Amino acid sequence: MPTIPTIFDTSKSGRIAGGQTPTEGDLSGLPNDLLRESKPVLPEVSELQAVRHFTRLSQQNFSIDGNFYPLGSCTMKYNPRGAHRAASQPGFLNRHPLTPAFASQGLLGCFWDLQETLKTVTGMEAVSLVPMAGAQGELAGGLMIRAYHEDCGDYERDEILVPTAAHGTNPATATMCGYKTREIGVAADGDVDIEDLKRVVGPKTAGIMLTNPSTCAVFERRILEIADIVHDAGGLLYYDGANLNAILGKVCPGDMGFDVLHLNLHKTFATPHGGGGPGAGPVAVNSLLQPYLPIPMVGKLDDQFIWLDESYFPLTIGKLAAFMGNAGILIRALAYALMLGREGMVRVAEYATLNANYLAAELSKAGFQLAYPTRRATHEFLITLNQEAKDLGVRALDFAKRLLDFDMHAPTTYFPLLVPECFLIEPTETEAKAVLDEFVSAMCKIREEAQENADFVKQAPHNQVVRRLDEVRAARELDLNWSRIEG
Amino acid sequence: MPFIPHTSSEVESMLQSIGVKDIDELFDEIPDHVPIANFRAIEHSLTEMEMVHRLAERAKLDELGSCFLGAGSYDHHIPAAVWDLATRGEFLTAYTPYQAEASQGTLQLLYEFQTMMASLASLDVANASVYDGGSGLGEAILMAVRSNRSARNRRIVIGGAVNPFYVKTANTLVRSQGIELVQVPHENGVFDPNKCTVDEPNVVVVQQPNFFGLLENVDAISNWAAERNALLIAVVNPLTLAVLKPPGEWGEIGADICSGDGQPLGVPMASGGPSFGFLSSKMKHVRQMPGRIVGRTVDANGDVGYTLTLQAREQHIRRAKATSNICTNQGLLVTAATIYLSIMGVTGLRNTASRCHENTKYLVAQLEATGRAQRAFHSPFFHECVLRCAGNVGNLTKSMINDHGILAGYPLGEIDESLEDCLLLCATEKRTRDEIDRFVELFNRILKES
Amino acid sequence: MSETPQELRYTNTHEWARLDPDGTVCVGISDFAQDALGDVVFIELPETDTEVAAGAEVAVIESVKAASDIYSPVSGEIIRVNDQLTDAPDLVNSEPYDGGWIFVVQPFSDDPNADLLTAEQYQEFCETDSNEH
Repeated sequence: MPTIPTIFDTSKSGRIAGGQTPTEGDLSGLPNDLLRESKPVLPEVSELQAVRHFTRLSQQNFSIDGNFYPLGSCTMKYNPRGAHRAASQPGFLNRHPLTPAFASQGLLGCFWDLQETLKTVTGMEAVSLVPMAGAQGELAGGLMIRAYHEDCGDYERDEILVPTAAHGTNPATATMCGYKTREIGVAADGDVDIEDLKRVVGPKTAGIMLTNPSTCAVFERRILEIADIVHDAGGLLYYDGANLNAILGKVCPGDMGFDVLHLNLHKTFATPHGGGGPGAGPVAVNSLLQPYLPIPMVGKLDDQFIWLDESYFPLTIGKLAAFMGNAGILIRALAYALMLGREGMVRVAEYATLNANYLAAELSKAGFQLAYPTRRATHEFLITLNQEAKDLGVRALDFAKRLLDFDMHAPTTYFPLLVPECFLIEPTETEAKAVLDEFVSAMCKIREEAQENADFVKQAPHNQVVRRLDEVRAARELDLNWSRIEG
Repeated sequence: MPFIPHTSSEVESMLQSIGVKDIDELFDEIPDHVPIANFRAIEHSLTEMEMVHRLAERAKLDELGSCFLGAGSYDHHIPAAVWDLATRGEFLTAYTPYQAEASQGTLQLLYEFQTMMASLASLDVANASVYDGGSGLGEAILMAVRSNRSARNRRIVIGGAVNPFYVKTANTLVRSQGIELVQVPHENGVFDPNKCTVDEPNVVVVQQPNFFGLLENVDAISNWAAERNALLIAVVNPLTLAVLKPPGEWGEIGADICSGDGQPLGVPMASGGPSFGFLSSKMKHVRQMPGRIVGRTVDANGDVGYTLTLQAREQHIRRAKATSNICTNQGLLVTAATIYLSIMGVTGLRNTASRCHENTKYLVAQLEATGRAQRAFHSPFFHECVLRCAGNVGNLTKSMINDHGILAGYPLGEIDESLEDCLLLCATEKRTRDEIDRFVELFNRILKES
Repeated sequence: MSETPQELRYTNTHEWARLDPDGTVCVGISDFAQDALGDVVFIELPETDTEVAAGAEVAVIESVKAASDIYSPVSGEIIRVNDQLTDAPDLVNSEPYDGGWIFVVQPFSDDPNADLLTAEQYQEFCETDSNEH
């Protein structure tokens, strides 16, 4: 497959998509010195040229609709089209964000239902749907923790604890909240090192950010003990909901001692990832933190749904979005929740865990090394290709690139950092057994290839639109837009 | 079981392979003293048909007719091809392009998007988007403060009528880092730097057209900021850049950073989200930029290809020292915007922008002719305008919705008591003369009766 | 095996320091460190005329997949930086001890080498360090 020229290469000055071009308006009343003289670099193509260009670009993407996509921690499961359809109705798409609540009872009703659902799912007291991604949910959580301590007159707490294996967003968020990050170790079995935690926790501790199941893909067994230790020191517990898929309907974060959490609706509630977003990262809190939730939320007054703003929540951390966050994603999540229902939600965790444990067992039998062989897999698991790297000189990166040639997206690589040459593999509940079996075969085949001809694997991929890309050159010789080079 | 493909015999053989008797056993590491979740409050599952039916009833409740409301979200025409293409499964259900070789479609599209956005702003580089215009301003401020290393304070001047929802959002994002937003009140609707009491601002923020739809004297503001060694952030509506002087060309040296919301570029209003925020800047600030950036490079054969680059700025590598905690962009909306900009092109975008201006000018003239409204400010406006109304604007907007299904603008009393009798109105290219005339007639009648 | 010139001093954060005849200290990163980082793509250089304490973060060095802070081995004032690295960051990889130098400090102390590691000590440190990972 040849690479596709940029849309600018197709462009010819003066060409327009006539059916889309309104007649010119009169600008004569505007001051000349405020008008544009330079011509922007925009394509001048016909409608068909544009349609064909983007159709062909789309064909150069792996996606859930087309490929097994076992990207650990990202929960790439089927995104039901029905949810997309339901959210794409005119009443939702055409609603202006500033339409008063009395004329928005449909949307507010949806948000109310979703808030109630997420309260049950998390076992928490209250929910705000505003945050537009998991990372923004984390930020909201960190800011609420800060607001709480400051309200208690406690200005000494300036540290957030995170395990060394944590998502990069955790320490980055702590910084954005004005906190320092202190790392705590992870024990050999993948659980948090309790002794290390006891050493660092103290009067400076504002809170701890944990994922459970952890980023090592195992259930944090001493979670209640951790909660007691942190609470006794006056800190709060933040739950990073990235891995909620693993425990949906089994246990609730609210029952594990957490004070505040975010959910990734684009993971657990199957809203499409769109090539990098949009997501949605609602936050849920217990009664301690309820006054600080980001606004707006939806409340009920008699039989009317209303917006809850500063006047109801004077201690709110404030707004996180110009309007109501990623409303359209919230509707998709509600649609998914309605289709799953009570029974379906429990099955999410059950079958996600079944698939992960099955795939782990099969890979292990095929001779691949599990990072935590004495532990159960959760909805995902870690393997380490350290032995393959040492024996064959073929690294996790090479396995990842070669998997693409088998039409499968690679698992997450090199995360968490503390497991060398690792794959974090999350098959999700929507994949059939046959697909998992194919993945095991592909891994075995790649290992065989590596034994016969390591270079072949190290030069993978071979069947994609491009060969392995020169990332060093991309970073050293920045070429970030077309006009700068050829314009 | 929605979306789970397993047959019972497959489940049996999988359990056997794992060596457990049932699925419950797979959860045996969860300690017994953690209570079992109770989902009884959640109703039973619906089929797709039942679910769509239920949400359709909800959606119908919110359907309205003509929209004369803007204030940050605009009712524009979107070519049918835009969303037909953007929702192809290959775009819709892909993830962040971590495996570049399997994501060239998304990556090339982002590279094209960056080109278009940088060029619209007449700046060197653009990123692959942030969440929305409000949080985008917050990110722009954090970026500017990091970049302006010689600055002696963390004071940010918000010049006049910058979108108040953006300012509130930005404040939530930046205040924990000791950054102070100082609002300089508008003077007759626009920013007058002479009214600024901050001597050495670190960063100056100005919006063009501003929240009231007015055009700011951007050349003078840009020079004023430059003389004080302050970085300048331009908040813009990207559609208007087809005809208005782009931020990179303001004054002697141009704005440093440009941010805003991309909703006018092919994204439905959809209650304000998902939309996307955009960020572009001069090259010298690129390493302080948050979010994904795509670069063009070559593959092992020397052929052109695309990949994420400058990743050492980001949270997954730099962790606590990252430029931001952001790790998504609004990929799907950026996909739609890139297709929109390609189909509209230079001429389509310019004509759309100028048509919006003319329609709003017509609307304002007709309303003023009724004698029941007059412009609150006299600077030139683009496609929104503040009108002081002779009557209760709250009753007016309510009656317009309840009796006629029309959204009659934003009552500015909600954000500024001195504008209690003012409406912010907008007529995009979608509003026909007939719609405008009917609106003016209703406006006149309702105020007369009140 | 990475090179560790005998005449230089080192830190346990992998900088090298060379006390020059004029009393200034030239600083870079060790061969071991550049090898571990991989292809260097960018160096954020410190600003000259700034005073730094020993152990203070003064620069950042980036590869495609990693970023690493550079700490000043000694207390003093930064008097020169290697501008060549802006266009040729790969010098850090190809000539870590020559063309890849990063900055020069005018030390406050008369004996800036006092608290630094010798080549032997540093080599030993690297061996333990890499065994732990």
